[in-house]
Amino acid sequence: MHPQRKRRLTIILVLVAGLGVAVALVTYAFRQNINLFYDPSQIAAGEAPVDVRIRAGGMVEEGSVERDPDSLDVAFRVTDFDQSVTVRYTGILPDLFAEGQGVVAMGRVNEDGVLVADQVLAKHDEEYMPPEVADSLKQSKSGDASM
Amino acid sequence: MWRVFHKLGSPKWFFGIASRLMPWLLAAGLCLLLAGLVWGLLFAPADFRQGDSYRIIFIHVPTAMLAQSVYIMMAVAGVVTLVWRMKLADVFVRSVAPVGLALTFLALFTGAVWGKPTWGTWWVWDARLTSMLVLLFLYAGAVALAKAIEDEKLAARAVAILVVVGVINIPIIKYSVEWWNTLHQPATFKLTEKPTMPAEMWMPLLLSVLGLYLLFGWLACLRMQTAILLRERRTRWVREWIEPVTR
Repeated sequence: MHPQRKRRLTIILVLVAGLGVAVALVTYAFRQNINLFYDPSQIAAGEAPVDVRIRAGGMVEEGSVERDPDSLDVAFRVTDFDQSVTVRYTGILPDLFAEGQGVVAMGRVNEDGVLVADQVLAKHDEEYMPPEVADSLKQSKSGDASM
Repeated sequence: MWRVFHKLGSPKWFFGIASRLMPWLLAAGLCLLLAGLVWGLLFAPADFRQGDSYRIIFIHVPTAMLAQSVYIMMAVAGVVTLVWRMKLADVFVRSVAPVGLALTFLALFTGAVWGKPTWGTWWVWDARLTSMLVLLFLYAGAVALAKAIEDEKLAARAVAILVVVGVINIPIIKYSVEWWNTLHQPATFKLTEKPTMPAEMWMPLLLSVLGLYLLFGWLACLRMQTAILLRERRTRWVREWIEPVTR
């Protein structure tokens, strides 16, 4: 390769590598701001600020959803299978909201450690399957449980 | 090997090759994309949780993948422009930048349309969506910069530097769903693992992805040919190529 071209190529590579390191350091420093939500463990450990709007994400615990029959109030627990946090919300939940599904709730954590949410988003996973397959999976699962 | 590489730099040689390739790219691309879309949108089974709204994946994933691939190709061409000063590389960058812009917009738009019923919101500032928005701005910047500088050589270098530097954003887009907590789910298609959907769902998706890549190849050839004709309009071979048409 021509020496001049070699020099240009080296300059470009060094430039991109240097910028890459800079961007990596910046994103590392801002990692908590880039994370969309806090895990229930982080909230339980006191990492999330109290009385500041934050998001909490995790799975809706099975059997934890309690709906108020007279209003749109709903309470449920969000878990990461280690710790869990109670979320209270008033409003219409997204269609995909269900027990065992991922959600991200935005709101403030009060002194009791309860997240008072003003927005609940459903988090979809990367699994897709036809309804028949899901049904048969469910049946085989309940079959296992009864045995 | 270097001789082939330098031959690639000849606009005339590329023009001929592109003319021969284009009908095949167009035919194969259209067939695959149409097959993938018809299969995916009409015949593939619905998802057990999302119902029919998941079908936007057959447009969203191909456009998002291609938007990132086009940027990587542009960055490679940018390095070639900066190191070897090859005109054809610059022609490529300028010809495909608007295409990449459109693809990124489509990916963001289809994602928002899907996000509203699925997540409950059009937009959320998570790492995947935000880095994809940065990609849109990078494309827009490249398009604008190429038009803003009149001196052709200066414009080529400026655009190349912008495109090469911006390539840092690509791994951020790709790994954002793994490095940080995001609302966007991880990839369904992975090179190393089995896709997390049954074959009657990922087959049409694969067809539309391949079809869109081939169609992009056709469009890139077409746009580059136009740019070459415009740039080389004073050379003999272009005049001779135009002559029989006008006579």
